[in-house]
Formats: sequence, C-alpha cells, structure tokens
Amino acid sequence: MAADFNWAVGGEAGDGIDSTGKIFAQALSRAGRHVFTSKDFASRIRGGYTAYKVRTSVDKVQSVVDRLDVLIALTPRTIEENLDELHEGSVIIYDGERTTMQDVEIPEEMIGLDVPLKSLAEEAGGAIMRNVVALGAACEVAEFPIENLDSALEKRFKDKGQKLVDNNKEAARAGQSYVADEYDHEFDYDLETTDEDYVLLNGDEAIGMGAIAAGCRFYAGYPITPATDVMTYLTGRIERYGGHVVQAEDELSAINMALGAARGGARAMTATSGPGIDLMTETFGLIATSETPLVICNVMRSGPSTGMPTKQEQGDLNQMLYGGHGEVPRFVLAPTTIDECFWKTVEAFNLAEKYQLPVYLTADLSMAVTEQTFSPETFDMDEVEVDRGNVVDETTIDDHMSESGGFQPHEITDDGISPRAFPGTADGAHMSTGLEHDEQGRRTEDTDMRVAQVDKRNRKVETAREREDWSPREFGDEDADDLVITWGSNEGALAEAVEILDEEGQDVRVLSVPYIFPRPDLSADVEAAETTVVVECNERGQFADLVEHDVLERVDRVNKYNGVRFKADELAAEIKSTLAEGVEA
Amino acid sequence: MSSEIRFTDFKSDKQPTWCPGCGDFGTMNGMMKALAETGNDPDNTFVVAGIGCSGKIGTYMHSYALHGVHGRALPVGTGVKMARPDIEVMVAGGDGDGYSIGAGHFVHAVRRNVDMTYVVMDNRIYGLTKGQASPTSREDFETSTSPEGPKQPPVNPHALALASGATFIAQSFSSDALRHQEIIQEAIEHDGFGFVNVYSPCVTFNDVDTYDYFRDSLVDLKEEEHDPTSREDAKDVILDNEKEHQGVIYKDESSVPYHEQHGVDEDMSVIPDGAPESATDLVREFY
Repeated sequence: MAADFNWAVGGEAGDGIDSTGKIFAQALSRAGRHVFTSKDFASRIRGGYTAYKVRTSVDKVQSVVDRLDVLIALTPRTIEENLDELHEGSVIIYDGERTTMQDVEIPEEMIGLDVPLKSLAEEAGGAIMRNVVALGAACEVAEFPIENLDSALEKRFKDKGQKLVDNNKEAARAGQSYVADEYDHEFDYDLETTDEDYVLLNGDEAIGMGAIAAGCRFYAGYPITPATDVMTYLTGRIERYGGHVVQAEDELSAINMALGAARGGARAMTATSGPGIDLMTETFGLIATSETPLVICNVMRSGPSTGMPTKQEQGDLNQMLYGGHGEVPRFVLAPTTIDECFWKTVEAFNLAEKYQLPVYLTADLSMAVTEQTFSPETFDMDEVEVDRGNVVDETTIDDHMSESGGFQPHEITDDGISPRAFPGTADGAHMSTGLEHDEQGRRTEDTDMRVAQVDKRNRKVETAREREDWSPREFGDEDADDLVITWGSNEGALAEAVEILDEEGQDVRVLSVPYIFPRPDLSADVEAAETTVVVECNERGQFADLVEHDVLERVDRVNKYNGVRFKADELAAEIKSTLAEGVEA
Repeated sequence: MSSEIRFTDFKSDKQPTWCPGCGDFGTMNGMMKALAETGNDPDNTFVVAGIGCSGKIGTYMHSYALHGVHGRALPVGTGVKMARPDIEVMVAGGDGDGYSIGAGHFVHAVRRNVDMTYVVMDNRIYGLTKGQASPTSREDFETSTSPEGPKQPPVNPHALALASGATFIAQSFSSDALRHQEIIQEAIEHDGFGFVNVYSPCVTFNDVDTYDYFRDSLVDLKEEEHDPTSREDAKDVILDNEKEHQGVIYKDESSVPYHEQHGVDEDMSVIPDGAPESATDLVREFY
C-alpha cells in the first residue's frame, strides 16, 4: 500500500476552513489521488475550533488515522487540538503576522513554516485569499503540482468571474514561491498524481443522488445537522426531473407532507436526525398502518436530547426499530459506506413500494459529512432499477373489488401485499386511515378483521425475508477463529484495521451488516467463531443486543461514544485487546 | 362529467356516528354538493381529515381520502397537491384540530397558498372527548376543564389567516345549506388556499353557540356594503367582535397558487423505469 498523506486546515468557524479543505480535497481528487475527508466542527456559526482533514493516497483510503503530516493552523488552538496526531517532521504552516499567532510555539521536533498569508493574499488581490496562499504553500511542501490546485480553484470560482479565478491562482503561487524561496528544506513528502478520474462526494450527497436516480420527486424536510445536506443537494436538482422540495415549518409537517405526496403516488422522502425522528414518530405509525410507502432518512448524531449535534454516534437504532406506540412493521436499512448510501437509497424506495411500508434509511454523522473519492462507474445509472410494486390501473383494478364493488387497498393476501391505486384511477377511490380497518380501508373493531390485518402487515416482512437478499458484506480472513461484526460508517476504519491486525499476526473475519431489519441470520457465523466482537458507535451496543437476541449467545463489544468516529489504528488496537481478554461473563 | 356526477356519489356506505342534529351533517353535505357542482368526481378528489368529530368526514364521504393524525391534515393536503396538481384537494378539520394542535401548520399553509380548500368545522368545543374548552370557546364558557370559563380570549382564525397573507377567507353556517354550499364552492374555485370557517353547532356539549344563536346573530356580508377584495374591509369584519358574519370576507383575485409559483405542474406519480436519462449528469457534478 502506498504511503498516505494526512493534511488538515484548522481555525475558528468563519475562517473559511470548509471551503479551503474542500478545494484541496478536490485538487487531489482531480489529480487522480484517492481522498478521504473528515470534519471537526462545533455547533456554532462563528468562533470555536473547527478543522477539515484530508487523507490521501494513490490507493483507496476509507478511514481517518491518528497522523497528521501537514497542518495549516490559523489559530494556536489548532495546534493544541492536533498535538497527538502531529509527529516528528510534521509541517505546521501558520501566519506569524496574525495577532493570535505571534507567540505560537511550534513543538521542537516539528517544522514551523511562518508564511505571511494575509500580506501575500493582499498583494494578490485580497486578504480573503489567505487560505489559498496557505494551500499554495502546502503544495510546495508536499511537492504536489500546483496546476491541480488551479483546476479546483476554477471549479470553485468560475461562476464568479475569471478575474477572481486568476487572483486565486496568483495567491496560491505566492504561497508556493514563498516557501520555495524562504525555506531551504527538503520535505519528506512527494505526492504523485495519476490519470484516474475520480468523483468526490459525501454520504448526504450520495443519498440525495440516489433519491433522484430512484425517481423520488417530492422531498419535505426541516433543517437539522447532519441531515441538511440531503435537502441542500436536492434543492435545485430535483426540479430538473419535475420534482419539488419543501422546507416545512417543522418535522411533523415534513413527514406529513411526504405522506401526502406518497398517497398521491409520488416517490417521497424526508430526512432528519434523531430529535426529528422523535417528532415524526406519531405519523410513522399512521404511515405503517395505512401501508404507505415512504423513505425516512435518519442521519444520526450524538444524543440523547440535543446531545452533541455535530458529533458522531449510532445511538438511534432502537428508536428506529421500536419507536412508536403499538406494533407496526418497518424496514431499517443502514448503508455502511458512502457509495452504498446511493445504492441503499435506491433499494429503500423499491422496498418501500414493493412492501408498502415505511423504510428507515439510516446514515450517521461521520458518513454524512465525510467525502470520499470513487470511480464514477460506482454510480452507474444504468444499473438503477425501479420497482413500484403492486400498483393497479383501470384494467387491473377489477380484480381487487369487494363484493359490494369497493376497491380493496388492504386486501388480505397470502404474501401480505395488497394492491395500490393512485388518485385518479377510476373506481379506486378509497380511505386510508390510522384506525384499524377492513380490506376497503374502512374503520373496524371487528376482532377477526383486526387479527387478519395485523397478520397481513406482518406477513409482508416474512415475504420480504424470502424474496430479498439481506446478506452482510464479508472481508478479512474467512477462516479466522475470531469474528468482528459492525454496521454503519465503521466499515472503512474496520477494513483498514483488519490490514493492520493482519500485519500484527491477528486474523479476524469481518461481517459488515447493512440491514438492521430484516437482518441476516448470523447464528451460524457467531456459533462458529471462538470470539465475536460487535463494533459500533454507541454505549449500549444496540446492534450487539440484537445479535445476542438472535443467536442466544453472549458477544463481546467495542463501543465508542465520545462523539468521534473510529480510526483504523485505534480500532485495530481495541479489537486486539478485546480478543485477548475474551468474552466477559 | 359534471352533469353525470351527483353529490350522492361522494357519499360512502358508512352511516355517520355523529350525534343526531350535529352541525357536521350540514357541513359535509355542503362540501359534497360543492364538489359535484364544481365538476369533480370521487376518483379525482382527495379529502384529508384530522382527528375528532370532524376527522370522521373522510369515512362518510367517498373519494380518495386520508384520515390523518391530530392537527396535521394541512401538511398532508400540501403533499398530495404538490405530487398531484391534477387532483382536487379538500382538507377538513375541527377548531381543536386546526387552531390548537395544528395552529402552526395553519399559519404556514395559509402563507404557502397551496391550491386546496380548508374547511374547519367550528363548534367552539371539544366534542369527541366529551366537552372541554376549545381554542374558539368564549372566555367565560364553562366546561369540564374550565369550570369558570377558559379565562383567555378565543383564537381569531380569520385574523391569523389575514395576518399570514391569506388569499381567501370565508365563513359559513352549516345550517344555512345554500349559502354554505355557495361559499364552499367559491373556495374550491379560488386559485390558492381557500379557507372557510364553518359554524357547525355541537348539540350535545355546547348550549351557548347553538343553531338559534347563530340563526339570530349572523349577518350576511352579501347584504352589507362589504368589498371582499379589500383587505381594509376584511380587517374591519374580522376584528368586529360584536357581530357574527357569514360570506366571503376576503378574496385576492390575483392569487397565484404555490405550485404555479414554483413551476410544479407534473403528475409526480409518473416516474421512469430506471434512472432518468440525464441522471449521469448528477455524477459528473462531483468531478
């Protein structure tokens, strides 16, 4: 595996950290390098520490690590926050003329590059470009051809005029020359470029793109971190396909609008995060009981209550599985990689319509805001299939009428799947309700019909278990005695952890599970393993509980709930020590 | 088609369980007649209702319908209309459903000006939970949960609507069948959010706001020197606490409904089998 390079820019929110990081990530991606980004951010608009980290390699990268090679520090705190990850020979680029950076101490074993970012930017046309000056300096340090930065700057600023693009290119060169001229130093880095074409996108964007590809035409949502990017992505794009986004007054409204659109026959979606799911839960029951297909995306963050809104957690699994009064079937899909966010979104729409029920599609903060490079073919639109399930039209509706001639949207069928009629379908007029109902959708308290309808709704789950593929993804050593199971965004870190463990002589077999309900039967895998460890970002081990429940056997757990995602090297160490300790009694 | 459609086509085979004499019978009949009269049929009509006595209306009518959760009928109606601009959407609720739990949605539905008709069956009491004060109950109206009256002024839904930028505000009385139907019809024909508050007396729990009370006190705006296109006139009527009115209070004839403002005109139930042809462009944006 080629050596990877880790870079970060950090400062206060409002310092332009995000756009600086994004420009560098895009420059690397356009130069044919793989990129994996992560963000540290606080829940405020200005001030507070924030950082954008980029890991890059010519090989695939899918995790963050505890190492930082070059750091652009706009505040002293940036250095403090990253001290653990900086190492001997790490380069810190800073502006010694900036008031707060005048007395900054660069640790002895590191290389401090004092670059007058602001002055050089002003010479190039404006102080605002000081971060681009820093990027130019970083290019020189990393021996990364600055032409790649030009291309990223063009993409970013071309809509604002050629003058601005040229000024930025000049600013970058000013930073580059300054380092070349003022520092007679051989740095350890040499970033190669390749001819590969990559696309760079995050999980929220992949979900939005998957939704459009799958034919989602209506989205209603209320802004909430870290799900907002889904709405931002769809706004301005979904219209090209005849769709529409509504920013609702609250989550209650958002899910009800999506419900209305779905009853109208549209593929509809809403996205939110844990607190929003709480608000949507009442309507969730109605959606399930009225057998309305709907995709509800929950981009998890750290809870409970307001918790840590800008931090990582996978704590809402139980909420999605069990939330709401009464018992209603729902599916819970949990993509484990960014590209899978795209494909599982497509699948979520198909499953929702085939089985006429709400589907939770859950990502987590780390996956939602992380960008990663992919070959464009990863998102092959020709592979997208749309299955709308059992929709009747004027010619087929006659087969689904009651004796008295009413359409039966809740017809009791062997596979549990009833016919759907969209408004406008002749003779299809019918009632949908959260009240228990008969086959025509009319309220009933008839004991036999109640049982028949509950059974029918549950039968859909059994049908789905049989008809769909709920397999986990497997990697690592298939013959290993020890089994590691995970879900959600941990897969990338785990994949790299497995390589580290392998080098250390520790073989593990890994199952990454993208389906929470229905989920694969892991009994045989767990029974065959000497030790089973479930890795997840929560305190309880909510998925581990499910595995134990299914297998009737205790499993071990690696949990993290400090608000930060797993890192590959950290995870390797945790798994190793957990396996060494054995299963807790 | 309108000549073939009779209002009874909008009746379901379920017998209403409303109390004998309930104002809601008249409210519903007027809605069905207005729908038939405006050329709609059950298969191109969608009725959304919330919870409470009013919420039962979707069960007694025959159309595509959704009986939603409490207070959230307007967002559902919004979703249906956005997905299906070709479908006639009617939303029905009560004074509790609309002005208490759903008050937030009311304001926002009004300001969005979605092309649907919102009928509030206002009986100034909670009926289905057996007689508690509602948002429109009088300040001194004694109920099981307000033995000395709620001691707070009633919500003025028309004022809320006007302040939120409503393009159609009206009031009717369910017992005045012809006028009620006429007003609902005008709301349906309005391009935008047609809001009608209907006095729909509760004969079981409200012995103050009775049929006799409304019959005696109602002033019909048709007989007054009222210009419904004037916001000033509308404001005077709405803030006049001395009189009960019926008729169209305000109507913005230049109203452009939400979906037209946003260029939404497609039937969203029609989607291609597979990703749209130009979807590859979506990937290209990430280069």
